Amino acid sequence: MAGSGTPCASCKLLRRRCTPECVFAPYFPAEDARRFATVHRVFGASNVSRMLQEVAPAHRADAVSSLVYEASARVRDPVYGCVAAISSLQQQVSQLQMQLALAHAEILICVQQPQQHGHPPAAAALQEQQQQHVLQNAHHLQDSMWT
Amino acid sequence: MMQQQDDDDEYGGGGGDDEDALHLGAKRCAACRYLRRRCTHDCVLAPFFPASRPHRYACVHRVFGASNVARLLESLPMAERGEAANTMAREAYWRVQDPVYGVTGIISRLQDEIRAVQLELARTHAQITIVASSGATQRAPPPQPPHPPPPPQLVRAGSHPAVAMRGQEQDELPRPPNPADEFLNLDGF
Repeated sequence: MAGSGTPCASCKLLRRRCTPECVFAPYFPAEDARRFATVHRVFGASNVSRMLQEVAPAHRADAVSSLVYEASARVRDPVYGCVAAISSLQQQVSQLQMQLALAHAEILICVQQPQQHGHPPAAAALQEQQQQHVLQNAHHLQDSMWT
Repeated sequence: MMQQQDDDDEYGGGGGDDEDALHLGAKRCAACRYLRRRCTHDCVLAPFFPASRPHRYACVHRVFGASNVARLLESLPMAERGEAANTMAREAYWRVQDPVYGVTGIISRLQDEIRAVQLELARTHAQITIVASSGATQRAPPPQPPHPPPPPQLVRAGSHPAVAMRGQEQDELPRPPNPADEFLNLDGF
């Protein structure tokens, strides 16, 4: 229960008396009713209560934040929820790794070109092998981007 | 990891095959079996929570609850219910695996990985600029005090080229900001 005796947002929504032992009160103050309304709509008050009680008190604030985030995402996108964000981020990671592999290959090209005049053939051949290896990895990464 | 076995006792779900036999041989879906109720022909959960995958529904029930799942699926067009059930099952599974952060822990890790790769990419592009300019004059990259100028051959045998050059520019590029609660920014995706 809040210090002034005002019921927390959850007890206000559930229309019950907010006790000092209320598990929701520290994380759902009365000033922000929308947060609890969102998690209640997606997960249900009993599930949220149980999930909070299963978590150590030191981690409950983070748990509430993540639950609010997931519930908000599910309300905005009832089909994909948070999974849409994960798919988008995985795409970004794959694209950036592809760009990085290509940049590494470009460095090999820049290094190889000015060194073809005075270096022994073995060193140039080794550099070319490594360049081909990097390019193969880049193409393999592109092919496996959607797997 | 969730065990792929029909362990009703662990999750307190449904009875055995005898209860199925009582319902005229009709096999109940995982949800109705878990809830110990008759599975009707128009059960909204049956198409998406088959009896062969009881743990999948157990996770969903534990996180979202039966009524919330059914209500959400009923609010969607038939064509989208399957995908919604799949994403809910995935989110529920991740929440069971990580009760504190759930799926947001994965989002946070992906965002960290993106920042790391972006930083490496920026460093590599800076290296390209340096190597290209030094290659034009056919000399080694410019010396970086207090380190001595590196040898012309930047790639050592048996090592990845990025490893040989990674330490050179480490102190020259600014580190990108790393906001602690960036994963809570709902407008970011």
